[in-house]
Amino acid sequence: MNEIEAPLVEARGLRKSFVRRSGAWSGRGPAVQAVNGVDLDVHRGETVGLVGESGSGKSTFGRMLIRLIEPDAGTIRFEGIDLLSLEPAALRSMRRQFQIIFQDPYGSLNPRMRVGTAVGEPLAIHRLAPSRAQRRERVAKLLEQVGLDRTAIDRYPHEFSGGQRQRIGIARAIACSPRFIVADEPVSALDPPVQAQIINLLLDLQQSLGLAYLFIAHDLRLVEHVCDRVAVMYLGRIVEQAPAKRLYHEPLHPYTRALLASTPSLEPGTPTEPAVAGEPPSPTRPPEGCPFHPRCPIAEAECGRVEPALVEDAAGHRVACHLAGKSSGSVGNE
Amino acid sequence: MSGLLQIENLRVQFAGDDGPVRAVDGVSFALRRGETYALVGESGCGKSATALSILRLVEPGRIVGGRIVFEDRDLMKLTEKEMRRVRGARIGIVFQEAAAALNPVMRVGSQVSEALRVHTSMSRKEAWSEAVRLLGVVALPEPEAQAKAYPHELSGGMKQRAMLAIALSCSPSLVIADEPTTALDVTIQAQILSLLRSLRDELGLTILLITHDLGVVAENAHRVGVMYAGRIVEEAPVGALFREPQHPYTRGLLRAMPGVGERRQGDRHLPTLPGSVPDPSDPPSGCRFHPRCPDRIDSCDRVEPAETATAPGRRVACHLHDPESRA
Repeated sequence: MNEIEAPLVEARGLRKSFVRRSGAWSGRGPAVQAVNGVDLDVHRGETVGLVGESGSGKSTFGRMLIRLIEPDAGTIRFEGIDLLSLEPAALRSMRRQFQIIFQDPYGSLNPRMRVGTAVGEPLAIHRLAPSRAQRRERVAKLLEQVGLDRTAIDRYPHEFSGGQRQRIGIARAIACSPRFIVADEPVSALDPPVQAQIINLLLDLQQSLGLAYLFIAHDLRLVEHVCDRVAVMYLGRIVEQAPAKRLYHEPLHPYTRALLASTPSLEPGTPTEPAVAGEPPSPTRPPEGCPFHPRCPIAEAECGRVEPALVEDAAGHRVACHLAGKSSGSVGNE
Repeated sequence: MSGLLQIENLRVQFAGDDGPVRAVDGVSFALRRGETYALVGESGCGKSATALSILRLVEPGRIVGGRIVFEDRDLMKLTEKEMRRVRGARIGIVFQEAAAALNPVMRVGSQVSEALRVHTSMSRKEAWSEAVRLLGVVALPEPEAQAKAYPHELSGGMKQRAMLAIALSCSPSLVIADEPTTALDVTIQAQILSLLRSLRDELGLTILLITHDLGVVAENAHRVGVMYAGRIVEEAPVGALFREPQHPYTRGLLRAMPGVGERRQGDRHLPTLPGSVPDPSDPPSGCRFHPRCPDRIDSCDRVEPAETATAPGRRVACHLHDPESRA
């Protein structure tokens, strides 16, 4: 990370709410505040982890970064260019620079499209391979680059295992030589040995192509392993963000500590006791004050009234907690 | 600890495009009363088919061989009617997808009391109040009110608690927990696993835990059977398995798991097993793991390794540990 260099992706104040129909006759239901004012930078070639539980808004945020979901408010700059004010044609030509890898390798490929067509589609859209023959050759090379045989080109997705399908999804994502990839739970549907293979592939591609990743995941062990920096989301907000090593060794937010304490260790016979009670509240009715205070083991009166701001220290460690620092060591071990 | 369940040489087949697929191919293990035994392995290794065989619910598969002795009765010899008195009453089950396992148009309390009405002579009213009590046992907040809720009104963790209440309704001796926390977030997973441990200890339950997560295994199981391609390749007490895995597959599985707070210096690549799990309709000859095994010797692709007892309570199916095949 170079502090002087401008970030590759710069998101400021991103917000998104969805209106859900609550029933067939009742019309508009309550609004769900999925992402509630998030700032995040991703620098060239780095991997930023985004962790949090279901409903924390991490996937919505990732999709907004590449404009698969339109934000309600905020700005996104990609290499300094304001993505939200781009004309459609200009946005389309920018799109080759940022891509996404989805969680479900079964649902994200068209079952009736041959692998070669699926991987070659972005090349065709962006007119990066003028002739069919050139495109076919480029697709074969891409398949080899992700560890598949070039004969995969004429086969269909159902002929492949989950891990191989994820490789196909990755080949499609890198087809147009992007600079930035949102990897949305890219390995969570896979068994651990296959996860390791896919993680290693993503690391290899990062080195050879100079990619930056936003790595969205709920597996804290993997995130620590793969990421340079990590942000923790809770109910649509970033509650803590730090260089990976710092976040895992000196977590400041009680929610981060709870997440870490809840992750099973590989130590036999030392059961993980629940670090927090209850479940995240519904995003339709977020609590007043700090979103975590109803479950927080150290919450004080102030926490239920005033929402804490995200404050950054000299080491680039940001935390949104009224009590951070006052209470080191008292959470997660009881 | 005495035996509650013995499975001997269980074989389960599914119909495949090119002949039968041997999903479970000669699995033997025994459960002791009051323990948690984990079957761990990758998708398709046969761990769920093994567990469902105990309930004789492997449709569309078929149990083609072996013995399943539960509470001194051979389940394979029971009539379907007798088997129904075992399912739900003596053996409870918790599935991964509580949302799919619960009836969406039936109140949670009714689903718990239904099991009681089927298996006991309780009246409707008695069954309802017992259902409310059970929802309290699984720590569903405000059980009285929640009993009247429909599944969609409950969160994922709450649904899993409700399913656990159904599983426990008729005081079973065995609970099969098939990936019970895989669909849950980690803070909720910790709550459900903690609940399972305390229910096991308070009610004297025996738990068969099916999972692919070695972290869940480490913290919750007493003993572990590691499955690969339809067989148990290694069985050991949990401490010994993690300290000193003997089968090369177990070693590979453990190495591929990054630990918390244990990031390796410099290189971020994870150690992997090469290749992928074999096609169950066409498994490799000899030891099914041999094409991926870093330690294989001459006989591995020809001779199937026998299970060898390597220490008290430990067995492994690997030529490297078999004194006869090494000689």
